[in-house]
Amino acid sequence: METIQIDHVQKALEDLAHKDVYIHLETTNGAYARHFDSNAYNVGAFIRNAQVKYTQAKIIGHESYRVGLKTQLGWIYAEGLTDWELDDQGRLLMAGHDNEGRLMVALEISETPFK
Amino acid sequence: MGQHVAIILPHPDDEAFGCSGTILEFREKDIPVTYFCGTLGEMGRNMGSPFFANRETLPEIRKEELQDACKELDINLEMLGYRDKTLEFEDRNEVAKDLKQRLEEIEPSLVITFYPGHAVHPDHDAMGAAAIKAVEMMDESKRPEVWAKAITHNRRELLGEPDIVRDVEDYFEGKMRAIEAHRSQAEGMMKQFRDSPNLKEINSEGRKLLKYEEFYKWTF
Repeated sequence: METIQIDHVQKALEDLAHKDVYIHLETTNGAYARHFDSNAYNVGAFIRNAQVKYTQAKIIGHESYRVGLKTQLGWIYAEGLTDWELDDQGRLLMAGHDNEGRLMVALEISETPFK
Repeated sequence: MGQHVAIILPHPDDEAFGCSGTILEFREKDIPVTYFCGTLGEMGRNMGSPFFANRETLPEIRKEELQDACKELDINLEMLGYRDKTLEFEDRNEVAKDLKQRLEEIEPSLVITFYPGHAVHPDHDAMGAAAIKAVEMMDESKRPEVWAKAITHNRRELLGEPDIVRDVEDYFEGKMRAIEAHRSQAEGMMKQFRDSPNLKEINSEGRKLLKYEEFYKWTF
């Protein structure tokens, strides 16, 4: 993955608009958050292969980015994205990593279901 | 019944951090060891340090790391094919039934798994519970001993002293090699160890955790 370049990601998002796409969306602070800090809470959410069609997409931010997708019936967004990649299968992978390279949030869009 | 040890843990690297010293000791005595690994750690947060994996490449990377670690430990590997973080939502009876079948094939004398309710990560708890259920479902005459690994902070308070405490100092280098085989996961943590000029002298909590492998004997 590479550091997000906003123009490139915006174009990639638009290339996937108005199509049936599959979404992977997750955020997590890890299963050990509370184990290592009794004041912390384990929080996470995960959906894989949600099929949607979005009509509008925007990436906004500076250094750390937000991506919002306006779908036919609602919205999808992710915050804290830092890196991106169009992989060899043409899937748009975006993720946010902390200073130690650990994944905090991921939003991925594909025209075929994720494995 | 000859001796054979079955390790039942959910993530690639659980075996390395949790019981690889014990595994190496068994292998030195020529006792066969089979690792039933529940998932490929698909949902791991560590992507390498600096990161080289992404959510979609991580499973294949961790599979290779797991195979490397098992080569390092000289043990058999069976991958169970569940998905990381979803194990607790599977039908526990189905998981246990599948495990029971696999155990009956190798007729182990000992099973090492996580102590359900004392294993911190939901996959650890679920894998341990299914493993213990699988052994419970076995014919009593064929039932192996079970050593359960507890890692909660309050385990001594609630469970008492562990029945088995193994000092794996003599196998520490091999244990480190097994941990380092899981490059995407271990790099960050191990760098701290490697950077230390006096690895042997460190009395850090981390080193103590790695030096002593503790287990509770499960009573049925």
